[in-house]
Amino acid sequence: MPMTASASRTVGRDLLGLALIALVGLAGYWLFPDNLAFLTRVISVALLVLSLDLIVGYCGVASLGQGALYGAGAYAAGIACVHGITDPVLLILIGAGAGAIMGLLMGAIMLRAHGLPQLVLSIAIVQLLHEAANKASSITGGSDGLSGMSPAPLFGVFEFDLWGRSAYLFGLGLLLIVFAVLRFVTRSPFGMVCRGLKEDPLRISALGIYAFPVLLKMFVISGTVAGMGGALAAIATQVVGLDSVSFEVSANALVMLVLGGIGHLYGALIGTVIFMALEHVVAAINPFHWMTLVGAVLIAIVLFAPRGLSGTLDELARMLTRDRWRAGR
Amino acid sequence: MPAADLDVRNLSAGYGQTHVLEDVSFSVPAGGRLSILGRNGMGKTTLMASLMGLTRRYAGSISLGGQDVTALGTAARAHGGIGLVPQTREIFKGLTVEENLFAGLKGRPRAAIEEAYALFPRLGERRRNLGSQLSGGEQQMLATARTILGQPSVLLLDEPLEGLAPVICDMLMEAFGRLAASGAMTILFVEQRLESALAFADDVIILERGRIVWSGKPDALRADADVLERYIGVGGLH
Repeated sequence: MPMTASASRTVGRDLLGLALIALVGLAGYWLFPDNLAFLTRVISVALLVLSLDLIVGYCGVASLGQGALYGAGAYAAGIACVHGITDPVLLILIGAGAGAIMGLLMGAIMLRAHGLPQLVLSIAIVQLLHEAANKASSITGGSDGLSGMSPAPLFGVFEFDLWGRSAYLFGLGLLLIVFAVLRFVTRSPFGMVCRGLKEDPLRISALGIYAFPVLLKMFVISGTVAGMGGALAAIATQVVGLDSVSFEVSANALVMLVLGGIGHLYGALIGTVIFMALEHVVAAINPFHWMTLVGAVLIAIVLFAPRGLSGTLDELARMLTRDRWRAGR
Repeated sequence: MPAADLDVRNLSAGYGQTHVLEDVSFSVPAGGRLSILGRNGMGKTTLMASLMGLTRRYAGSISLGGQDVTALGTAARAHGGIGLVPQTREIFKGLTVEENLFAGLKGRPRAAIEEAYALFPRLGERRRNLGSQLSGGEQQMLATARTILGQPSVLLLDEPLEGLAPVICDMLMEAFGRLAASGAMTILFVEQRLESALAFADDVIILERGRIVWSGKPDALRADADVLERYIGVGGLH
C-alpha cells in the first residue's frame, strides 16, 4: 500500500531527527576528542532516560526505580564478559535481555498499585536490587565493583582503545538504532493506546483494551532499552559499580527527563545532555559547591519552563509559526 | 464481528447506594435499531453505562449474542462486542485525530482507519489536528469512528447530537443511517431530538424514573399524543 502524505511527512521528520542526532554526535566526536569516555557515559544514561520516558511520559506510570533495569543490564553484561562472552554486540543483547526480564518483574509488581504506593514500590525494588548486588559480592564484586572485563574488538576489528573512540561510535550507533525503533513504537497503535491510558484509562477500557498487559509490555520494552544502556556503560568503562543500580541514578534520570520534557523522546536526549554537561562543567569550576549551582539552575528551568526544555522549544516554534501565519494574512 | 442480539432482563443498577434503573427488560434483535427516549435524568445514560459495565449492578442480567456478559468487566464487554460512544465523547484531547483512531484499532491493520475517513470525510481533512482543536461535531465524529473501528456487534450511541449544529446533526444521522443499513451492528440510540430518534429506530422504549414505561413502534408513539406529552414533554408531532 502506498504511503499517505501524512505518513511520509512523519517518516521524513523522523529521518531528519535521526540525522540531527547523528550530526550532534559526530560533532561531539570531532570537537571533544579528549572527553569521549564522558560522552559515551552521556549516551548510556540517555538510553536510561529514554527508557524512563516510555513508562513515565507515554504511560503515566511514575517510577524512581529505573536504575534497577539499568543495573540489571550492566551487571548481566559485566558478568557475561568476565565469564568469557566478550563480543560487544552479544553483550549488549545480554544486557537488553536482562533489562527486559527485570522490566517484566518490576512491571508485574509495580502495576499492582497506583499513585504514591507505586512510586514507593519502585524505590523499594531498586533498593532491594542494590542490596542484593552488594551482598552477592562473589558474583558482582560488591562495593568494590565488578572488574576484569575485556571486551573483544567491535566486529572483530575495532579495539576498545584508551581514548574511547570505538566505544563512543558504538554507543552513538546503538542510540540511533534504539531511537528509530522507539519512534516507531511510540507512533504505533500500541503507542497510542499507552498515551490513551495515560490520559483516560477508563476510556481505553471501554474500547476493549486491557491496561495491564499493555503497560507490562511497555515495561519490558523500557527494560530492554535501559538494559542496553547499562551494558554499554559496562563495555565502555569495563567496570560495573553499585552506583549503576541505585536510587540516585534513578532519581537523576527522572530529573533529566523532567528537565528535557516528558513524552517526546527528544526531551529525554536534551535533558540528559544538558544535565550531564552542566554537572561536568560546574563540577570542574567548583568541585565543592557544584551541586548547589546545578540545583539552582534546575529550579530556574522547572519554574520558567514547566513543560521541560523540549516543550518550551516546541511552544516557541508554534508561536513563531503562528505569528508568521498571521503576518502573511 | 457480526451484529448480535442484546437481551436485558430485570436490570437494576446505579451508582454506590443510589438505584437509578429498576427492573429494566428489553431485547433487540441482531442488526436491529432501538431508540431510548425519556426526559433528562430518567436513566438513559445510566442504562448505556450499565450495558458497558460502568455502573454498579444490583440485579438482572445482560446477554450478548446468547452469551451472558453480566459478570464481565468493562474491557471484557468491549472485547466481546459492545461499543459505547459516550455522551461526553471522551476523545483523547492530547492525541491527533489519526492517533485517536489508532488507539481504537484493537489489533486491526493501520489501513483500517481509512474506513473512518470514508464514513466521516471531515476527519480525513483534520487527521493531523489534536483532539482539543476539534469542534464539538468533529469530536463526536471522532468518538463514533474510533468506536466503530473496533467493529462492535452492538453500538451504543448516547445523545450523539447533543449541542451540535443542525448541519452536523444531519451529517451524523446520515452516517448512523448508513451503519444501520449495513446490518453490521445492532444499534441502541439515546437521543433528545424526538424526530431523529423515531426516524432512526425500528423500536422505541421510554424510560421514566429508571423504569420502562412504554415500548413499541415509532409510528405508534407518533400517534399517541398523551404518551408523548406525559413522558417526553411534547404535545405531539406534526
